[in-house]
Amino acid sequence: MSETIKVEELNLTRKDFVPGNEVRWCPGCGDYSVLANMQKTLPGLGIRKENYTFISGIGCSSRFPYYMDTFGFHSIHGRAPAIASGVKLANPDLTVWVITGDGDGFSIGGNHMIHVLRRNIDLNIMLFNNRIYGLTKGQYSPTSLLGKKTKSSPFGSIDRPFNPSAVALGANATFIARAIDVDAQGLQESITRAQAHKGASFIEVYQNCIIFNDGEFGDVEGKDTRPDNALFVVHGEPMIFGKDRDKGIIMENHHPKVVTLGDKWSEKDLLVHDETNAIITNLLLEMTFDASTPTPFGVLRAVEEPTYDEMLVSQIAEVTRIKGEGTLESLYASGDVWEVK
Amino acid sequence: MTKKIVRVNEATIRFAGDSGDGMQLTGTRFTEATAIVGNDLKTIPNYPSEIRAPTGTLAGVSAFQLMFGSQRVFTPGDLPDTLVAMNPAALKVHLRDLKPGGNILANSNAFNDKNLKMAGWEGNPLEDGTLDSYTVYAIEMSKLVGKALENSDLSSKGIERTKNMFALGVLFWMYNRPIEPTENWLRNKFAKNPSIAEANIIAMKTGYNYGETTEIFTTSYAVEKADLPKGKYRNITGNVAVAYGLITAAKKAGKELFLGSYPITPASEILHTLSSLRNHGVKTFQAEDEIAGIASAIGAAYAGDLACTTTSGPGMALKTEAIGLAIITELPLVIVNVQRGGPSTGMPTKMEQSDLFQAVLGRNSDAPIPVVAAADPADCFDCAFEAARIAIKYMTPVILLTDGYLGQGSGPWRIPDPKDLPEIKVNHPAKPADGDEKFMPYSRDENETRPWAIPGTAGLEHRIGGLEKENITGMVSQDPENHQVMTDIRARKVANIANEIPPLEVYGDKKGKLLIIGWGSTHGAIHVAVDRARAKGQSVSQIHLRWVNPFPSDLKAVCDNFDEILIPEVNTGQLSLFMRSELLRPVHQLNKVRGEPFRSSEIEDKINEILG
Ligand code: SF4
Repeated sequence: MSETIKVEELNLTRKDFVPGNEVRWCPGCGDYSVLANMQKTLPGLGIRKENYTFISGIGCSSRFPYYMDTFGFHSIHGRAPAIASGVKLANPDLTVWVITGDGDGFSIGGNHMIHVLRRNIDLNIMLFNNRIYGLTKGQYSPTSLLGKKTKSSPFGSIDRPFNPSAVALGANATFIARAIDVDAQGLQESITRAQAHKGASFIEVYQNCIIFNDGEFGDVEGKDTRPDNALFVVHGEPMIFGKDRDKGIIMENHHPKVVTLGDKWSEKDLLVHDETNAIITNLLLEMTFDASTPTPFGVLRAVEEPTYDEMLVSQIAEVTRIKGEGTLESLYASGDVWEVK
Repeated sequence: MTKKIVRVNEATIRFAGDSGDGMQLTGTRFTEATAIVGNDLKTIPNYPSEIRAPTGTLAGVSAFQLMFGSQRVFTPGDLPDTLVAMNPAALKVHLRDLKPGGNILANSNAFNDKNLKMAGWEGNPLEDGTLDSYTVYAIEMSKLVGKALENSDLSSKGIERTKNMFALGVLFWMYNRPIEPTENWLRNKFAKNPSIAEANIIAMKTGYNYGETTEIFTTSYAVEKADLPKGKYRNITGNVAVAYGLITAAKKAGKELFLGSYPITPASEILHTLSSLRNHGVKTFQAEDEIAGIASAIGAAYAGDLACTTTSGPGMALKTEAIGLAIITELPLVIVNVQRGGPSTGMPTKMEQSDLFQAVLGRNSDAPIPVVAAADPADCFDCAFEAARIAIKYMTPVILLTDGYLGQGSGPWRIPDPKDLPEIKVNHPAKPADGDEKFMPYSRDENETRPWAIPGTAGLEHRIGGLEKENITGMVSQDPENHQVMTDIRARKVANIANEIPPLEVYGDKKGKLLIIGWGSTHGAIHVAVDRARAKGQSVSQIHLRWVNPFPSDLKAVCDNFDEILIPEVNTGQLSLFMRSELLRPVHQLNKVRGEPFRSSEIEDKINEILG
């Protein structure tokens, strides 16, 4: 785990993370806002700049490392989680971020994604979910909704989509958060919490692709429509939303249901978020595609479990304690040895 | 009755039985005892790809062969002098290889109607004269161990299972080997279960005494110890030698060793060996697939470990794209391919040398990579060390080719003194001093190698990746001029490694009629064939390529001194194709792909054919 240092001592600012090269996403792309919020948040996390390492795969969002003035590795399609695993195991002092997209992380790299989450290696994984292939100019992705008309699905997609955060839960992820590209507060909170979390942290960002899938997340993207369509969950707090904070979620017949607070329903009737309870997380994730409920955002799940990297370090220490530090002489002599004189 | 002891220079023994009969273990124990006696030796296992094929079937036969001698031994032997056949199927599969007049030691209790039928024998070959041209020792091994272990508390099944130790005991007597090392080994291995250890020891001694006292054996053989160079030795398989070579390189470079790997036959023992060495600080990562195996290793290399990945042919195919990434990012990485028969899943437990094209050429675009190939099990140590040294020195991935025969086969390894091994220089740039120029991730040293700047070093923050980079600055660049420059640098960097490949050693005369060029595990078979040919007065010499990319710079000059060139390979002619374009002259090929190494006799026949 990276050691944390007093923020004042580090004396970092947003500018330290801006390399000054030209950013080449399409004007109006949601990626700009995510990048800006990353650059804004990192200086306040108490991590030395040289210890940040950003690893990405292929896709629009995977250009991200080039726009961060940190160590970075723009790799090959889908493999960022595996490369990042090697980076972290080689040097556990590093703070390693994986930047990926719905195609990179959940199509070609799906296998690595589930395994890195299952192993709980201490990485921060940010998924830019725009439900489309942007870099290859507009084909449906494994998160595109059924019926989506794209260049490769002119009659509508017949490919049932993933709910990435639900896949993460299925893979036994210990940290799952969801945020919106243009929601600075939500993004910064997710980044901060993910960094503080020990183990694999998964952040799903709803990201608008203005060129090939504009308006995909319309209701939650707009400042005015967001309050009535997005539910921001807080650990230990009842699930309330709405412009006037007058709506909440109750459980009815084992399903979440929206109610209006007032005569019939009060806050104490509402479901309370518990980020350590997988049943609650699952229930929130069920609401993702349900038109009758708001879309949940915030930290959906956070539990402490042993991390692979720590277990590796401690296993090496333990075996070394028992067997003594290995030398080449003892290694070579570990079979039946004879001497020719 | 006094028994005759016949002195022989060398002997080849094959143990064959059902996969449940413990033939690999029996062979390994005989090998250890033989090594301790001081013979030179080589071994080769031969086992089915099914973990447990149905008992008694031809498909379920597992075998282990070794050759040992009082002189240098370069191969596990062509045809065995003695065949141990624990059942009719083993005899059926292996009889055709036995030397004319050779010895057959059979467990006659296993030659019942059911087993004979399953193996496809019409009658009982032990009784019907089929084996008249051999010396047959039909021994009721099952019955004899049953008797000897009457009072043991093992189940009858457990007792039956000790029959391989009986056979081993007979062989120990027959070839005058000590039984104590195996006795100690059994006590150690079954420390928690002494009754199993004792039963096996009794079975082995019963076998030994059977050889000594019964009248059916009149002769035993003595093989004097070999005149090996002075030093400490142990027996080692190629896979273990690779693991040791890598760990040694890591220590000599002051690095931690990282292995990202996915289990695959016949390479898994490298993963197993390194996994057991946590107290050497080794980090093994059993990845979710072959791609993650190499990808994690690339990540570890980027972060400053000595990184490697191990696999076999189909796994190499999956790693292909990632190898390209390691080439363009110029990161040090060792990729080990323990070759097996292909294409596709092919013959997982059988050897082949058919991944040479794949290693040298098998990537999209111009993607040069150094390729080194080991010649025998012990050489796997040196080649792994060398691969790591070159990877670090030139900041490049390196492919090490071995094969199933080297990986699983074994031979004596002269244990080096770690102090005598060279240090591997690693140069991680440090934070640039204030006022210095900005760090350039693709700046070049005298070998055109870029700096290995690792994350965590303040002031060196930079980005690398699979997109083409501008030379020196490392900025993303799609500029045509720059791509030409970078493509040329990548090619030159690898080609220039030839400058440090030592001059070729010609075995035999430096000038003559026929030069045999080999690479990889054919070394021993060629060597023996060349010896025999030269003894007959034929003008034949041998060179063996350790580096198959780049080729040694004196290759052409050496070849120019010979009228003809012969290239034996366990593939359909891959090095031959390279050689024709490299030397611009015709070459003779000798190729076979039967899942097994060459016999020296096959190479001798080809020499005779060429020289007439
Ligand atoms: S194609 Fe879409 S996702 Fe890609 S940069 Fe343009 S707007 Fe952003």
